[in-house]
Amino acid sequence: MSLLSVRGLTKTYDGVRAVDVVSLDIEVGEVRGLIGPNGAGKTTLVGMICGRIAPTAGQVIFAGRDITGLAAHRRTRLGMAYTFQITSIYAGLPLAENVALAARPHMAGAQVPAAVDAALAQVGLDGHDAANAGDLSYGHQRLLEIAMGLVQKPRLLILDEPTQGLSEAEVVRFLSLIQGLPTDMTVLLIEHNMDVVMALADRVTVLDAGELLFEGTPDEVRADAGVQAAYLGVA
Amino acid sequence: MSARARVFALHGGLLALLLAGHFLLPAYHHGNLARIMVLATYAMGYNIVFGYTGLLSLGHALFFAAGMYGMGLSVQHLGYSAGPALLIGVLSAAVVAAGSGVLALRTRGVAFMIVTLMFAQAGYLTVLYFGEWTRGDEGFVIARGARVLWGIDLSDEGNRYLAALALFAAAMIACLALVRAPFGRTLVAIRENEARTRMLGYDTFRTKLAAVTISGAISGAAGAAYGLLFGYAGASFAGVEYSILPLLWVLLGGAGTVLGPFVGSLFMFYLIDLSSGFTTAYMLIAGVALVLLTLFAPQGILGEVRRRIWEWLP
Repeated sequence: MSLLSVRGLTKTYDGVRAVDVVSLDIEVGEVRGLIGPNGAGKTTLVGMICGRIAPTAGQVIFAGRDITGLAAHRRTRLGMAYTFQITSIYAGLPLAENVALAARPHMAGAQVPAAVDAALAQVGLDGHDAANAGDLSYGHQRLLEIAMGLVQKPRLLILDEPTQGLSEAEVVRFLSLIQGLPTDMTVLLIEHNMDVVMALADRVTVLDAGELLFEGTPDEVRADAGVQAAYLGVA
Repeated sequence: MSARARVFALHGGLLALLLAGHFLLPAYHHGNLARIMVLATYAMGYNIVFGYTGLLSLGHALFFAAGMYGMGLSVQHLGYSAGPALLIGVLSAAVVAAGSGVLALRTRGVAFMIVTLMFAQAGYLTVLYFGEWTRGDEGFVIARGARVLWGIDLSDEGNRYLAALALFAAAMIACLALVRAPFGRTLVAIRENEARTRMLGYDTFRTKLAAVTISGAISGAAGAAYGLLFGYAGASFAGVEYSILPLLWVLLGGAGTVLGPFVGSLFMFYLIDLSSGFTTAYMLIAGVALVLLTLFAPQGILGEVRRRIWEWLP
């Protein structure tokens, strides 16, 4: 059964079609990669899915419910967690409070501290909880973002370029983190790093100039001539 | 000592000190402090919106005046006694705050400042327009007979001090509880990063509206108490000056600290009081002090204390 269905989603900015009639279905438990060259409309598409951007046309259906007109904060409460492309943490607040803020809308107050500890341990940031988030290294801030997503125990975790700016060792760590997620957690992964997409995704959707160019398994994507021309670059 | 115990010790200690002041202070400073405590309550209300939620309102005089006139007019024209009149004052301020908040919170940043400023100016002009009832600029005196609450004559200086202290203590405890509760944490989260907070599942508009309403109610309680304790309601309290003053007090004392508003009001009151003792250009001295503080302690007095020594300060 699909957890998320997008039907003919379109966004135009002053006549420019940033996303042009895109439809896709993501199954429960699937890790879906979303790739495409810069300006392909990936972030706009995801912005419409999580409610940050209002679509010009089309529908978003989450767990069988039409959520096209639903405010972003309500979608989060339905179990859709979004981690920002540009690190968007509370730099002036302690690590634990960052994660606690993410946890509070989803559970009773008494459960929050344990959930915060568990999420920080999951990403390997335990022991830093009193430090201010702004004092962390960039790589650790990205991990904190992911902890803020995980603590919500979301049904759909949307990761917008999570490995951008990470060192190779940190990327390896990120891979094992995502591979260790519960199998029923659905992940939508927007990613530039092809190795990461190939390692994690069950299926890959390729966007180009706002249109859906191709959809298939990582191997099919790798083999497709059209994708190679548009994105991977053919010599 | 745990952070919790320290917080109780510090805030409880200040209240004990103020209570001791009732018995120890000379009459002049005793009177000043009563006034400062009421004004600090106003600043504490302002601090919820400005210091914790990060919304720069330039129109809180509207709420202060709504409390003052809600109380004053119901005594003057409806013949209510102090208790119900006080309640009407607080309710009027809360309603005005919620109503103007719904509209003003559609804007942000500079636009929010301008919209709140304009709302307050509209309130000021309304007071003048209905001069038949409000007596406009001249204002009206609240009769001594009406200034009795639960049999206590609030025009008496001793009672006035204790009533001001009770108001201040209630507002301080309420603020302390508020900022330590999840609701207060959400306000800080909105101040730090509103877009992120929305994407974490918080209805930031409703939270901000609640903050404005609570802030308005506390400001209104201060306005109503001011009228009741000092026996006068006038249009100057609705003017732009009374919107700027709480901003200055909070900035000086430390925005986003529970005691900052008190420290700021106390500091500014005595700065003007002392400097006017030896020069007529006292505002110049006040201005220089403000500039120096802004340069060397941009987070205000208690903000600086929190940064350097007491990190646990709420």
